Amino acid sequence: MNQAQSFPRSSIGKKFLMAITGLMLLGFVLGHMIGNLKAFQGAEKFDAYALFLKEVGKPVLGKGDFLWMARLGLLAAVGIHIFCAVSLTLQNRKARPVGYKKTAREASTYASRTMLWGGIILALYVIYHILHLTTGHAHHDFGSSVYGNMVAGFKQWPVSLAYVIAQIALGMHLFHGFWSAFRTLGANNPNRDKKLRAIAVFLAVAITAGYLSIPVSVMAGIIQ
Amino acid sequence: MKLTLHVWRQKSTSQKGAFETHVMDSVSPDMSFLEMLDELNQALITNGKEPVAFDHDCREGICGSCGVVINGRPHGPQRATTACQLHMRSYQDGQEIWVEPWRASAFPVVKDLMVDRTSFDRIIQSGGFISVRTGSAPDANEIPVPKVDADKAFDAAACIGCGACVAACPNASAMLFTAAKVSHMGLLPQGQPEREQRVLSMVSTMDEEGFGSCTNHKECQEACPKEISIDYISRMNRDYVCASKNKG
Ligand code: HEM
Ligand code: FES
Repeated sequence: MNQAQSFPRSSIGKKFLMAITGLMLLGFVLGHMIGNLKAFQGAEKFDAYALFLKEVGKPVLGKGDFLWMARLGLLAAVGIHIFCAVSLTLQNRKARPVGYKKTAREASTYASRTMLWGGIILALYVIYHILHLTTGHAHHDFGSSVYGNMVAGFKQWPVSLAYVIAQIALGMHLFHGFWSAFRTLGANNPNRDKKLRAIAVFLAVAITAGYLSIPVSVMAGIIQ
Repeated sequence: MKLTLHVWRQKSTSQKGAFETHVMDSVSPDMSFLEMLDELNQALITNGKEPVAFDHDCREGICGSCGVVINGRPHGPQRATTACQLHMRSYQDGQEIWVEPWRASAFPVVKDLMVDRTSFDRIIQSGGFISVRTGSAPDANEIPVPKVDADKAFDAAACIGCGACVAACPNASAMLFTAAKVSHMGLLPQGQPEREQRVLSMVSTMDEEGFGSCTNHKECQEACPKEISIDYISRMNRDYVCASKNKG
């Protein structure tokens, strides 16, 4: 086997792929959050933004083409990310078949220890979210207005609660993931470490708060 | 000091082990942790019982032979200290202490608290060397080495290969050990010719030996008796990716 074949099979190679796909997903999550904040500008602006996404690339691309390309890219990234996560987790479990009677965790964080569980919550959430606001299969009253579907959905408290839980899981995943990714990529060094930690905190808080603001505002009647 | 010790006893690799409890009535706070185990063994021998097997050699924190997990912490609670250099004054009178061997499938238990760490030797054999003529040591400063690199290489070379990083890592990963060994040579001019092959071989052996992967928990750095930084892991990742690109 040459090195090009060994790389994705090695533990460092898999971590590298996780870090790259994780950062790609982070880019999406950030853009999606900023776009969603248009909900505060009312139905017209929000639906116009939804339409804009369908029409990006016109006239070279047809309606919805850009969206489909983005979706395929995201699907590939999620697929690789999950594949590596599962493969590495199995490797780690096998590496310690007998655990300790006593454990003392001194440096790891709650976020770092729950990456897999946070990831599983996110994977389930992504499926639910698509069935809820994209295809409408999991929506109680799905119509043609993207804005209307969103407001009607979030008015139901169990729906909002599911979104809130998922966004908190996302924030934790990103708090550890962003910082960890730079270490995995070998792009960290002692001078940068504190800055990367600070950026990780900022991104995790900003993205979680940005997403949370929408269901919370619908529940509070600020977005109607 | 009075202590209640729960010590892991296991006859051999293939047999099942269990904790055995011993109450020790007169432990001196000035004893090292290993001296306390010696005392326990003396009592066991006097009573015609099998003494507890544990690894040790230099007893001055430089050989890397000793190492047990004490109340969940490899080498015990004191920073930058091996179990042989740890003193019983770190514990309180009446305390309960759990003593376990390193836990990793790549470190099978040989007996009681002793584990087989030859997987580390195989990682070293696969690339932790420099192929040059042997003979008398070269003159100092014959090959100029920038001070920053010399310092970093020296910090990495402080690794005594005790395995506490693997023991502490929730994933039983050997990345800190391997990174220290890769970097110690990779940072020096003498290590350059084999730099790429070295990192590729050592990482591949590390994976084959059945160690876990790094998720940057940092527990290894906290447990390392030589305070080796996880920055070396970051450095090894970069080296590995660059070497893969060049040899791909
Ligand atoms: C919105 C979706 C997601 C984003 C933005 C994201 C982002 C990230 C990032 C940036 C990393 C750091 C990579 C590294 O340390 O090298 C990471 C690691 C990880 N992710 Fe995700 N991820 C997402 C979804 C998932 C899913 C669905 C799973 C699981 C099924 C998952 C499981 C993991 C695991 C186990 C790690 C490694 C933990 C570690 O390095 O400590 N992630 N993720
Ligand atoms: S016995 Fe040598 S380091 Fe502890």
